[in-house]
Amino acid sequence: MIDLIKNYWVYFLIGQYPDGPLGGLALTILLGIAALGLALPLGVVLGLARTSSHRALRWPVTALVYVVRGTPLLMVIFWAYFFLPAVTGRQTSQFNTMLAALVLFNGAYLAEIVRAGIQGIPRGQSECARALGLSYWQSMRAVILPQALRNMLPSLVAQFVTTLKETSLGYIIGLSEVSFIAGQINAQVLTQPVAVYTTLALTYFVLCFGLSRIVGVLEKRAAVR
Amino acid sequence: MIEFRNVSKFYGSFRALHDVTETIARGEVVVVCGPSGSGKSTLIRTINRLEPIDSGQILLNGEDVHRPGLDVDRFRSGIGFVFQQFNLFPHLSVLENCTLAPVKVRGLSEAEARERALALLERVGLSGKAQSYPAQLSGGQQQRVAIARALAMEPPLMLFDEPTSALDPEMVSEVLLVIRDLAHKGQTLVCVTHEMGFAREVADRIFFMDEGRILERATPEDFFERPQHPRAQQFLSDLRSPFARSV
Repeated sequence: MIDLIKNYWVYFLIGQYPDGPLGGLALTILLGIAALGLALPLGVVLGLARTSSHRALRWPVTALVYVVRGTPLLMVIFWAYFFLPAVTGRQTSQFNTMLAALVLFNGAYLAEIVRAGIQGIPRGQSECARALGLSYWQSMRAVILPQALRNMLPSLVAQFVTTLKETSLGYIIGLSEVSFIAGQINAQVLTQPVAVYTTLALTYFVLCFGLSRIVGVLEKRAAVR
Repeated sequence: MIEFRNVSKFYGSFRALHDVTETIARGEVVVVCGPSGSGKSTLIRTINRLEPIDSGQILLNGEDVHRPGLDVDRFRSGIGFVFQQFNLFPHLSVLENCTLAPVKVRGLSEAEARERALALLERVGLSGKAQSYPAQLSGGQQQRVAIARALAMEPPLMLFDEPTSALDPEMVSEVLLVIRDLAHKGQTLVCVTHEMGFAREVADRIFFMDEGRILERATPEDFFERPQHPRAQQFLSDLRSPFARSV
């Protein structure tokens, strides 16, 4: 076990970098952050559209949400893998393919969380904001979303953790994130699959637990008010 | 200042407003009363377009309130509205509640808005609560903050939709005193309320509504001493029954 760690820890953490592309745990974290950073704004926009009184906005987003919810992420990844290059006419990197799939997939899920959060705020709040003369956007930004996001935190964390774990599906398209690297290490060592995959499992656990704790602290701080 | 012309409003097949025609003058204090479901709240909510109307016209200073294409936000910013449920923004301090709209809508600087808000909070007797959050205040205090928040926009017209109905009895008078103070200072206001003692003291005119119509419009003295419409007579005698709040 000591030898295993001694020989492979750099490869596990950053892949072939700096001699090759960045990989391993660093890539997983990078992908996770990028996916969350893009999926959350997308989710808020889609969630707003889901609560819109305009059908032209509401219906397409509702359709998207149902399609995504009725499709396994793996399908979305394959679809992005083959479809994106066909549309753009350029080779899409595995990282961008995976990122696109994660953002679309989680954006749709987050939209539902955002919708529930917005609809959970009493109607009097937006009515009152509008009665003061605030525009729709001003009342959303200053009154509704700050309250809604706070209420959404537990659901958001759950979705964030899910997203982080879903980065492991990059394995399927050969993205050298940490699960893929673990597979490579296992193939080279051959004799210690339990040790390799236990390390991998612990790594994911620490990541997800850490994320939960960070948001848990934020939640507590928000609750003090 | 406000003119209703044959205004009707339906909720499905229920007629909430029935061909209402009425005028309210600048500086006038009007109290609207009547039984539950008579259309009182609907009436004042149509004035700032919180409720759409189905036919007729409402003019505010000659401007058609329900005209498509009206700049609703600018229009609403000139009307203070106080809700039954206060609707303070719970994530903002009392001070921030009062400065939000003046800064965002009127374009006041933070300092100007703050100064104005503090003066208003003092006027409603809450200068010590500027940094508190709504959840730390009693119902009566919250409603007074809501009034200060509405006043911070310096609206020519104030509307009150049952401002004391959600309050514990001992907090009713602190809110009514603030509204009375406004009325005495010449603020044009329309107040829907069940507080008949208040109506009698501050109103220039009382509207009595039932089934979507204004059945009686009279000075407080005429309304309480010589009600004309049988429905109004019935309403007042119900209020005088032993367990009703005193008139």
